[in-house]
Parts: sequence; structure tokens; C-alpha cells
Amino acid sequence: MADKKVTTASSGLAGVVDWVDARFPLTSNIKNHLTEYYAPKNFNFWYFFGSLALLVLVMQIVTGIFLTMHYKPDAQQAFASVEYIMRDVFGGNIIRYMHSTGASMFFVVVYLHMFRGLIYGSYRTPRELIWLFGVGIFLVLMGEAFFGYLLPWGQMSYWGAQVIVNLFSTIPFIGPDLSEWLRGDYLVSDATLNRFFAFHVIALPLVLLGLVAVHLIALHEVGSNNPDGVEIKNHKDKKTGIPLDGIPFHPYYTVKDLVGVVVFLMVFAAIAFFAPEMGGYFLEANNFVPADPLKTPAHIAPVWYFTPYYSILRAVPPIGISQFPGVAAMGLSVVVFAFLPWLDKSPVKSIRYRGTLYKGWLTAFVVSFIILGYLGTLPADTWGQFGAWLGKADRATVVARICTVIYFLFFILMPWYTKRDKTKPVPERVAH
Amino acid sequence: MSDTKHDSPSGLSFQPPTTIDLEKRKFLIQATAATGAVGAAAVAVPFVGSMLPSERAKAAGAPVEVDISKIEPGSMMTAEWRGQPVWIIHRTEEMLAKLGGHDEQLADPELEVPQQPAYCKNKARAINEKYAVMLGTCTHLGCSPNANFAVTADWNGGFVCPCHGSKFDLSGRVFKGSPAPTNLVVPPHQYLTENTLLIGEDKQAEA
Repeated sequence: MADKKVTTASSGLAGVVDWVDARFPLTSNIKNHLTEYYAPKNFNFWYFFGSLALLVLVMQIVTGIFLTMHYKPDAQQAFASVEYIMRDVFGGNIIRYMHSTGASMFFVVVYLHMFRGLIYGSYRTPRELIWLFGVGIFLVLMGEAFFGYLLPWGQMSYWGAQVIVNLFSTIPFIGPDLSEWLRGDYLVSDATLNRFFAFHVIALPLVLLGLVAVHLIALHEVGSNNPDGVEIKNHKDKKTGIPLDGIPFHPYYTVKDLVGVVVFLMVFAAIAFFAPEMGGYFLEANNFVPADPLKTPAHIAPVWYFTPYYSILRAVPPIGISQFPGVAAMGLSVVVFAFLPWLDKSPVKSIRYRGTLYKGWLTAFVVSFIILGYLGTLPADTWGQFGAWLGKADRATVVARICTVIYFLFFILMPWYTKRDKTKPVPERVAH
Repeated sequence: MSDTKHDSPSGLSFQPPTTIDLEKRKFLIQATAATGAVGAAAVAVPFVGSMLPSERAKAAGAPVEVDISKIEPGSMMTAEWRGQPVWIIHRTEEMLAKLGGHDEQLADPELEVPQQPAYCKNKARAINEKYAVMLGTCTHLGCSPNANFAVTADWNGGFVCPCHGSKFDLSGRVFKGSPAPTNLVVPPHQYLTENTLLIGEDKQAEA
């Protein structure tokens, strides 16, 4: 129990800390979350990405605040105000490129963070809620990226938003009214830009910060998983109650993460300075043309981090005249991650002790995800058509359909193949 | 008032009940919660409603008048209604003659899906067969298809969507195998005079 007695004995900094501690749980929080939060000693490369995601979040918030000082959320002025930031504002081009590079790097880091969760079973009991909060973070992040992408008011901003908002109008019965309500107009317009700005800079960041907070609170309640997938809390020092395989997060992992931060920032700076457009993958060429509601760009593709889902949208054929099946499949392909804790029936958590069945399915899933992502950046007829024996179907569409099926089978068949898989014995304590 | 016991009136004229009526308490809690929920729903109305198209947006979505006398036969113009492109295509006799020639390649040649007002559910999909009027937004995901009027052996002229390759003929009817599920939309419209078109409102709406 913290000592609540107000003391005047200590002086200097210690006195200040004592004074605060009597009124606010400062020292106890630092202990609970840093100096006496015991994390498994065997964290490896994959454990960099949680703290890196936090770093990118802070960078996005800071660069975002400075961008809003110059940006104008007005259909008449938005495009020009971005160019103004790029050309006339001191440091504006660096701040903007940090923000746009940050958006893409956020997804790089989060995808790797999610992959870590997949391979080491970090979503399994007792970490289901951490995982669910994480899925929530992922969804909000996608919303942030989508709303933010409209703001430069370029051609791809405009038509991308047009396509995505129209996805909602495919929902049976309420769809058309719903998309009109989302846009605030009969088409993507100034009203849409203004509200997307509100969502992007206020609404979703607040939700995001709240979700990150509960994600971490839940994590620190149950403790971190590790590459062996064993619970370090099962073996504690009898005297101190500290897990035998645990080390204090600070200084051990803060120092380790700092190394990750340095390497990450080197990559980040190289991109932001030398290749902020990343060959059209981070910033699309068409977005340097002002939005024109009367002229659709020749090829519309979302930014790379949405392309796997976009591919799934295109791959699912309409039923009758309804586009809804594709839209539903796309939504499901994101939300399905939330069910993982209950789909995985394996007796082991980590891929180190799983059998070939799981490894095979995971590989197929990752390969499908990458192929879908690649195809999503290209037009559907990019590989030409099959012959008459396959009804002259687009080759790329057929491949995307196969990958979509594999994508969903990874989840749907998981209860079956994880139960049937030949697993290896799991060590009692952390091995390496 | 930390004392929670009810059996010490200590001179008060009010006698606290000796037992707690849990039924009554439950009812009061539920009634309060329900009243609060109604209040919250009422407060939500202006917020949710504020996101609907404003009066200004609705006014900007009013019908537009278009002078079609200057469209050369075999060419088209694009008007703007509610910020969307509205194509007006002046079709020649040859164009009209060829329209029926590819019905078997179309997804909905008979216009079964109500993508047009009833008065345009006819062979030319128009009030005046010379002029086709339709929204220039693809029924797949809202891109604007490009015109391609050059006639070849297997193409009678029409529109190709740059986004996902949907094809439409000169009446906006979609070809089979396109990602677009339905024909292009014919907006409500009427002729004010022979050469003046009013887009966005038809005679039925006035009646």
C-alpha cells in the first residue's frame, strides 16, 4: 500500500515526488508499468513493433497538429493549402512527408505486430481482450487512413472516397440513405471534406488513444506473451513473487526498444527524405491532380495497405444486381481477426511447438494476403484473360478468387486443423 | 450521513421505513433509466440530423435546365446535376439502328431493373429517341465511364469505365461480364421546349 502520510522530511526532488505521491499515484504507476512490470526475458525481433506503433502514433499526432495549423478543410482551398504547406511553409514539406510516410509506416508496423500475435498465439487465453482491443485499434486506424486520405482533395482522394462511400450504398434497404448521410450531400463534396476532417483530427484520434490505453492496461494486467508461448507467471520466485523468467520492462526493454527505434527512424527518414511517394505506393501520382467530380482517373486503386481487402471486394462476384456480397466479404475479411481466440483450438500457443499443418496454413494465408495486396494495386485485366475454356475470365480475377478462398479458409478451417495438428511438447519455462 | 441504519429516528418527525421495498426501487431505477434513454435519443436527433444534406446542399441539388440545341448529331455533352455528370447523347439514325443489334450480349436488354423512369422504359430508353439522357456514373462503384463512339466489327459505340472495365452501349445498357451489375441510371427529366431539357424533375413529380 502506498504511504498516504504527507511528509515534510524529504527535500529537493524527493520531496516533490513525495508531495505528488501523497496526492496522485505517480511512483506506483511507474513501478506497475515500467520498473516493476516484469516481461519475459526472451523477447525477440518481433517484439519491437508494439512500441514502434506507439512511436508512430505520437509522430502522427505531433505532425498532424502542425499540419492543421496551415491546412484548410474547404473544397475550394484544400488542395491549394496542401501545396502551400509543401512550398511556402518553413519545414512544411518535411512535416507533411513525415505525416504521409507515417501513415504507411503505421500499417507496416501494425501488420508486423499482428503477425507476431499470429505466430506466437498472443491472442490466446488470457489475452483475448488485448487482441479484441487490438482489432478495434486496427479498424480505427483504417478509418483514420481513409478519412485522412480525402483531405489533400486530389483526384485519388476524391474518387477513392467516392468508391468507399458507395460501398455503404450497397447495403440492402438503408444503403442509399446511409451513404447520403455519410457524405452530407448527393456526392462527395465540401460537406464531406469538412466532416472527414472532423473525424480525422478529433473523433477517431480520441477513440484511438482510448483503445491504446485499454490495450496496454489489459496487457499489463495479464502480462506479456513470449516467443515460447509459456506463462512466466507460473514460476515465480518464492520470496519476491517476481516471475523467474521476467525482467523489468525498464531499463531492459526500454533500452532494447531504443535500438529498434533508432533503426526504424533511419528507415523512416530515408523514405521521408528521399522517396516519400515510394514509387506511387505511399502517395499516388493521381493525387497530385486536384479533385474533379466530373472526371474519373483512368485507374483507381487504394493505397497499398488497403489493397488486400480491395482485391477481396473485387474478387467476389455480385449476386443478381447486388454488389453487397463483395462489400460484406471485404468487411468480414477485416473483422474475422476478432474471432481468432476462439477459432484456435491448438494445445500450444507458439509456432515453435506447432506442427506442419498450422505452418502450412499460415504460409498459405500470408502468401494469399501478399498476392491479394499486389493485385489490388493493379487493374483487374492486368494479366489478360483465360481462353474460352474458362469463360474468358480475367486471369488476375481468378487468382484473386483463389487467394480470397484461401484467406477465409485459414480462419474457417482453423478449429479443425489446429486440433488435428501434431504439436511438440512445450517446455515448462522459457527456453530461448 | 454515513449512518445507513433506518431505526434511529433521533427526534425526526419523519419515520424511515424499516424495510426496503426492492420492487419499488427496481421500478424507480428502470423508470429513471428509460426516461434518461428517451432524453439521450432526443438529444441525438440534432447531431445525427446535422449530418444530413443541408438546406444549401439540397438547393444545389435542384433541377437544372440544359439547352441541347447545340449538340451535333453523333456527339454528346455533359451537364452537371447534383455535382454528377449527366450525359446527353445526340444519337444519329445509324446509331439508333445499331442499338438493337447486340441485345444478346447485354445483361438487361429489356430494362427489367428500374434504372430508368417508367416513361423511358422503351426501345430507345428515352423520351425523344434522338437524345439519350443518363447519369455518367458507373453502377459498379461510381466512376465516370469514357465515351468510345468509334464503331468496329464488335463494338457499336458506347462507354467503357476506366476503373474496372464495365462496358455500356449508347443507351447506357450494360454488357454481360462487366463488374457493373445494372444499366446506367436515367435521371428524372422532361422537355420544357423542343430544345430545352430540365434534368432532376419530371412531369409526374409536379402532378
